[in-house]
Amino acid sequence: MSLTDQLLAQNTVKLDSKIPAGPMADKWNSYKDNMKLVNPNNKRKFKVIVVGTGLAGASAAATLAELGYQVDAFTFHDSARRAHSIAAQGGINGAKNYKGDGDSIHRLFYDTVKGGDFRAREANVHRLAENSVDIIDQMVAQGVPFAREYGGLLDNRSFGGAQVSRTFYARGQTGQQLLLGAYQQFSRQVGLGGIRLFNRTELIDVVVIDGHASGIVVRDLVTGELQSHAAHAVVLATGGYGNAFFLSTNAMACNVTAAWRAHRKGALFANPCYTQIHPTCIPQSDDSQSKLTLMSESLRNDGRVWVPTNPNETRPAHEVPENERDYYLERLYPSFGNLAPRDISSRAAKRAVDKGLGVGPKKNGVYLDFADAINRLGREVVEERYGNLFEMYERIAGENPYEQPMRIYPASHYTMGGLWVDYELMTNIPGLYAAGEANFSDHGANRLGASALMQGLSDGYFVLPYTIGNYLAPMLNKAIPGTDHPAFKAAEEEARIRFNGYLASGGTKSPDYFHRELGKIIWDYCGMERTEEGLKKALSDLPALYDEFKTDLRVTGNGESMNQTLEKAGRVDDFFQLGMLMCKDALDRQESCGGHFRAEYQTEEGEALRDDENYCHVSAWQWGGDPMKPNLNVEKLEFEEVHLATRSYK
Amino acid sequence: MSHNLKNITLKIWRQDGPQAKGNFETHVIDEITDEASFLEMLDILNDKLVHDGKEAVVFDHDCREGICGTCSLMIDGQAHGPQRGTATCQLHMRQFQDNATITIEPWRASAFPLIKDLMVDRSAFDRVIESGGYITAETGGAPDANLIPIPKPIADAAMDSAECIGCGACVAACPNGAANLFTAAKVAHLNRLPQGQAERYSRVENMVETMDEHFGSCTNHGECEAACPKEISIDVIALMHKDYRKAKFANRKDLARK
Amino acid sequence: MAQVVTSQRGPVTGTATRSKKRRPFLIDLYSTAVGKKYVMGATGIMMMGFVVFHMIGNLKMYLGAVHLNEYAHFLENLLVPIAPEGVVLWILRGGLITALALHLHAAFSLTQLNRKARPVKYQSARDYQIANFASRTMRLSGLVVLAFIIWHLLDLTFGVVNTATGAMTTVGAHGEEPVKNVYDAVVFSFQRTPVALFYVFANVLLGVHLFHGAWSIFQSFGWNNPRFNKWRRGFATGFAAIVVIGNVSFPIAVMAGIVG
Repeated sequence: MSLTDQLLAQNTVKLDSKIPAGPMADKWNSYKDNMKLVNPNNKRKFKVIVVGTGLAGASAAATLAELGYQVDAFTFHDSARRAHSIAAQGGINGAKNYKGDGDSIHRLFYDTVKGGDFRAREANVHRLAENSVDIIDQMVAQGVPFAREYGGLLDNRSFGGAQVSRTFYARGQTGQQLLLGAYQQFSRQVGLGGIRLFNRTELIDVVVIDGHASGIVVRDLVTGELQSHAAHAVVLATGGYGNAFFLSTNAMACNVTAAWRAHRKGALFANPCYTQIHPTCIPQSDDSQSKLTLMSESLRNDGRVWVPTNPNETRPAHEVPENERDYYLERLYPSFGNLAPRDISSRAAKRAVDKGLGVGPKKNGVYLDFADAINRLGREVVEERYGNLFEMYERIAGENPYEQPMRIYPASHYTMGGLWVDYELMTNIPGLYAAGEANFSDHGANRLGASALMQGLSDGYFVLPYTIGNYLAPMLNKAIPGTDHPAFKAAEEEARIRFNGYLASGGTKSPDYFHRELGKIIWDYCGMERTEEGLKKALSDLPALYDEFKTDLRVTGNGESMNQTLEKAGRVDDFFQLGMLMCKDALDRQESCGGHFRAEYQTEEGEALRDDENYCHVSAWQWGGDPMKPNLNVEKLEFEEVHLATRSYK
Repeated sequence: MSHNLKNITLKIWRQDGPQAKGNFETHVIDEITDEASFLEMLDILNDKLVHDGKEAVVFDHDCREGICGTCSLMIDGQAHGPQRGTATCQLHMRQFQDNATITIEPWRASAFPLIKDLMVDRSAFDRVIESGGYITAETGGAPDANLIPIPKPIADAAMDSAECIGCGACVAACPNGAANLFTAAKVAHLNRLPQGQAERYSRVENMVETMDEHFGSCTNHGECEAACPKEISIDVIALMHKDYRKAKFANRKDLARK
Repeated sequence: MAQVVTSQRGPVTGTATRSKKRRPFLIDLYSTAVGKKYVMGATGIMMMGFVVFHMIGNLKMYLGAVHLNEYAHFLENLLVPIAPEGVVLWILRGGLITALALHLHAAFSLTQLNRKARPVKYQSARDYQIANFASRTMRLSGLVVLAFIIWHLLDLTFGVVNTATGAMTTVGAHGEEPVKNVYDAVVFSFQRTPVALFYVFANVLLGVHLFHGAWSIFQSFGWNNPRFNKWRRGFATGFAAIVVIGNVSFPIAVMAGIVG
């Protein structure tokens, strides 16, 4: 009996993925044909809370409001236009086959399942690929200025790991343009009264009454006031947890609090160890650095990655002769070369730097060299293709990439894990939904480029508006508990105690200090490469640091006005608990797959070695009262359409 | 190569709340690497303040890649500081010299009420968008994306103005506290596209009039363009003024038909 | 120092659902800042037209007293005998006075609006990048020009401060009918050094005002075309320069004894 089946038998929570029956290509249509509907006149009787206003949240809130539901939307930003979806550069996939190069829904589905190293749920991925087509239509209608060809039709480019051109883009700011499109649609509904917008308001707890999600407790960041909000359904579109690493390409405020608080209320957290490392970021330059900046992956189309062969090399890059350079990606992966997938090129960079071959003042990067491209294409062509990226690099690193090679190094970028959801994007708590990066469902163990934007919009525009109706239909005219219900009062009280506790802790170190230390541990032991020994060390270091956090934290200021130190304390607290779960999960998954690379499980060539016999499952963790003692539940992954195979990019 | 800057004096505006009296507070940073970003310098200061039991300086920031538009700050009398086309979060200390005195103030406009210290409320921008800064295309009914070809120059021009990050530097820099560049950037984005034509005139009329309720008026100084981290041209303002003029006549005719 | 009232906390919704007040078209147009800028621009164009023709007409001074007085007489007798003497001139003056009044009203209310838009000033020095002396001093230059216009009218139109204004002469007259001796009035006026200096000073500021104003018109009306945009600044500079050079030459010519 495989490990998966053994674990399945021990599940304490029933994990019903609710995948519709029928052939893969018909599942979503058959779901829509059979789902329950809410009469248009009755929709206004339902209230839905949407937390987060990124791509998934804004598109869901706008669409639900258009349908007629009462929507309360919450963002901790000052405006609904700020969410970190905005920073996505590259593009969004859509299986339009506008290039006539043989793309299809099936091919996008296949690429995504394979790219995810066979750890995603097939039915969800297929639906994602189906929706990708509608997303492009919807966003163009919304006025998103995608790149065009001279004939006026939409332009496409190819993107990491795909053999067709299916990526739509708007300069290097695709995420911005898509988010602004969704934000505008959202704002229209705010203007018309369909959405009530709460800005600078952060989720502090999820309230579950009689087994159903009944509302949330939030903290007004401006006044510090705690408030309860009740609704028929709650959507968490609150993003990923990449900031657990402290240094990541995520925005400063990105955090796991919403998902984590839901987890503590019973929602399962799936595959927390699946984190994606992006290979082309600007390396850390000093110890005070607060975040890492990603340089678009498109740079690898023309840049060549290399390190000097001599660890003690001190000459400037252009003076190092060809025979003393190691173009290691071209050497190791001759067919894909510098375009090897994210996880593979990231690990190769790490190995080079670990061997002492790193470049730059801190010897913590590898070169991405455009000298050949400039010689071959001329400076003007390079400038046209990458001008804005080169400018951005110069602004941050203070070096001119036309004259000396860029220095790059991998950094945490995206988290594939998240709240466990079924086919309807509902967590195991009825009425509680998770969308976008906050859920786990579509990317398996590794996300392909240009798929994050697609997933956020698919969830928000084309999945939740249907599935929420299916949940709400039977609840017509059933009253929801008021915010004076004891469960709300208890949650408010708990939050009050928690925040007063931070203020009263009276230690010596700031929340930032702990976040930095926490991030170092997770990056060192649960980052690009993980080992049993390292993870065990992390699991002993983390609780010790967490204890120190509880006793030696200092939060100045008060709880009655804007206090960013206090906000941070609450977020770091949750990151600590999540960090332990990430390490637990990474330790538990004794295989390598996608973004999860265990050094013990690799092929002779150093590639990820999956164990489909024992780990072809989703690890969904249940809160056990103590962050070090979570309970494991599994969902077995079945592959009907795409056959399990080893990824090869040689 | 990086080097360390020495003896940086910061004059930072501190104000407990909207109604409180504010004043400049002076802090000295003895040494800092010029690789640090401006906001990382404030992080270091805040860490020190918390360590010393003092309240950290409140300021808005998020993505730190110059795209989310959350950061603000009037630095030495310039919105987003001395580097052109750069948001505060992408400003690095190598733009400054040893022994510099740097003055940091919040953005000041009645439409941007102060929340605390350097943080202001820019919600008035959302009100402008809510009044018309969108194309009505409810989810589900969109035609095929390639149905309407858009000439590349039009798409590129729309993109130029769509780059606006909504940071509010234009209002902060404008001697009149006007939001014409922000509003016009959105008008120019949507009114240039074929998809935006149906609402072209109602959009510009509603947006201009909502803008008017919150902000000052444009007297063509051009400071907004200089402060804009995306370097959006004031040509978009002219475009908005033209469309508003046309809208007043077009919409009047439509009203008469009702 | 409070930066206006705090924004209300709590949900925002239905911000675009208010129905619009219906008002007479022109009042509605004038009620917004952009509308007021149209009025600034339109009245500005009228006054620019006046300024440039006024200057050109006065160049007759260099042809001698006969030409100038004859020109003044011509203006008084525009469209005579269809209209009685002086009527057309007063209609034109009425138009200009209305334009000036609207220009002033729009400027005043926009200033009020702009003050309200930033009730708390920056507490540290601003470092302007593009705004220039002209754009930053429109109010001041406008007020000086206004004071000058009043003085100029009292001086050379109504003769309140100029004893030579209104005197009649037969020089330059058609036949024996006497005409106003505008030439002597001008010479008399500019032989007073302070008056001449004020005239020069005010006209330089008029030029500064025009330099920004003439450019602004294009922005305010949205006359914007990528092909011609670079000419807008040139037009404004040229226009201002011609008006200033022409106007300032008169007092200098009088003081230098070239005219007189």
